[in-house]
Amino acid sequence: MTKRTNTSYWIAFSIVLALLIIAPLVLPEFWRRFLTEILIWGLLAMSSDILIGYTGMISFGHSAFFGLGMYGAAAALLMFSPPNLWLALAFGLVASALIALFVAYFSTRLRDIYFAITTLIFSQIFYVIVFTWTEVTGGENGLNFPRPRLAIPGLFSVPFTSETMHWFVLAVVTASYLILRRVTRSPFGMVLQSIRENEPRTRAIGYPVERYKIVAVMLSGLFAGLAGVLYAVQNRFAAPDFIFFLVSGETVIFNVMGGIGTLVGPIVGAGFFLLMREFLSRLFGDQFPYLIPLGVVFIVMIIFLPQGLLGFARRWLNR
Amino acid sequence: MELTAILYSIPWDQILIQTINGIVTGMILALIASGLTLIFGIMDVVNFAHGELFMLGAYIGVIVLATTGNFWLALLIATLVVALLGAAIQIVTLRPLLGRDPLTTILATFGVSLILQNYALWQFGPVARKIQEPFTGHFTLFYLEYPWYRLVIAGLSAAIIGGFWLFLKHGKYGIWIRATTQDRVMAQAMGIPVPWVHTAAFAIGAGMAAASGVLFGPLVGVNHTMGLDWVLKAFIVVVVGGMGNLGGSIAAAIFISLLEAYAAIWVSPAQAVIVSFMVLILTLLFRPTGLFVPTPK
Repeated sequence: MTKRTNTSYWIAFSIVLALLIIAPLVLPEFWRRFLTEILIWGLLAMSSDILIGYTGMISFGHSAFFGLGMYGAAAALLMFSPPNLWLALAFGLVASALIALFVAYFSTRLRDIYFAITTLIFSQIFYVIVFTWTEVTGGENGLNFPRPRLAIPGLFSVPFTSETMHWFVLAVVTASYLILRRVTRSPFGMVLQSIRENEPRTRAIGYPVERYKIVAVMLSGLFAGLAGVLYAVQNRFAAPDFIFFLVSGETVIFNVMGGIGTLVGPIVGAGFFLLMREFLSRLFGDQFPYLIPLGVVFIVMIIFLPQGLLGFARRWLNR
Repeated sequence: MELTAILYSIPWDQILIQTINGIVTGMILALIASGLTLIFGIMDVVNFAHGELFMLGAYIGVIVLATTGNFWLALLIATLVVALLGAAIQIVTLRPLLGRDPLTTILATFGVSLILQNYALWQFGPVARKIQEPFTGHFTLFYLEYPWYRLVIAGLSAAIIGGFWLFLKHGKYGIWIRATTQDRVMAQAMGIPVPWVHTAAFAIGAGMAAASGVLFGPLVGVNHTMGLDWVLKAFIVVVVGGMGNLGGSIAAAIFISLLEAYAAIWVSPAQAVIVSFMVLILTLLFRPTGLFVPTPK
């Protein structure tokens, strides 16, 4: 933990951040939206890294938090006129936090694969509810809603363009990253990591492991919900497909590809995955089953590169 | 309200029909889940791709049926082909992961399931295919013409599971499988080729999933997403029945299918699924070792 490496970390951080700030001014419209999307999926993946990478619990139910965040935002945007960004955020976060508390209360009593299966089943329960409760959720078609304005009451109010959308998302993701980084380095984060390394021992030392796990799942769900709100605001719709467990699976793939336990790794993983997908569908056409080669890459990485793309830098990133 | 009035208000005919339906789907589910529980019991692998093997079995059934016109040949070939495919998958993806965290095998099999599912979509398209049932006889059940074929499926599934049980109990290789399940290291020391036992177990599980896919094909359309629903149900069954416990899985499969069938009398089948989700969560909370196993000491 020398001063020099710390400085090098912050220099790298500032360079990447600066590049991301400039990016929308340079990139064409399509890639601007694409980059924003990578950041949103990256935030979702980063939120689940708290569980996978730091607490050692694989959640296959993050789509529930993400999707409920979306529907929470949708509720706020449809109920209030004119639509308000901050109300959407508040609604989405409250919805995902409540769901996360509910899921966490039951699922954290279980470990390993049982935890994975329970979170998966919970997300499917929410999927079925949203899918069949057509009067409220729009069922299979989902909900469409207007986009709010980017506004701070009393200061300014501008409509979202693709640039301001990008900057807004970037600000939220950066803030989330800094908060999560602070959390993982805090005493609380240390306890989570000791649960990952040796749960019985952590309990024996006297930490209430279950309570820590519940808070970890809630924290993770909260940020997943935040990603859901961002996605809803960017795309102006909410659909039950986002609660389906394939989204959770992709979240786990982002984590494994980018490198678990690094926080930025999942964002890189999301970028890698989405770029590969875009590249493949441009090369072979829209109908190309891009998940076949990506699935192969994923399995090869699990076998030969279990640390992920950024695994080599894990220590440096967690300094 | 009078007791007789309550009795009259219960739809007995529907309940009887749903009991038969529940047992039929329960037997199919048991056939899928017993492969899954075999794979879990022997190598701690939660096989996410199991539903996809079921789905591929059904598709191969469709192809063979279209070329030869013989349902039983289709059943046999689909089982064998998918068993070989399962062996290949195990050798390529799971064998290198032996000895690593069991959680990595979930990820690997999830990757396999994505590949297989998208392959099926790419190869066969999104339109559902139909498998013609081998015979179309009916018998009258209240106001319904109930197809004999459904009862035959239940019987066939039971026969396959029974044969599998006999094989495990008395066959030489069955004993190898049980020995490996009990103690991997000791089995290895006794000269049992443990890696090949793993491969064989995966192949058997895959073949059973494929067989149930072909058997179940005539009841629903065959399409690329049919595996998803079933793998979730099979997970539930395996957990509720006790991981790695064959008898428990069969009991749980029938139990859950019956519950869902009864629930479907009052709510839509899509919502009836929630019943089995609830059973799973309650089981995990109060009896995480499984409902249908003796209380662990």
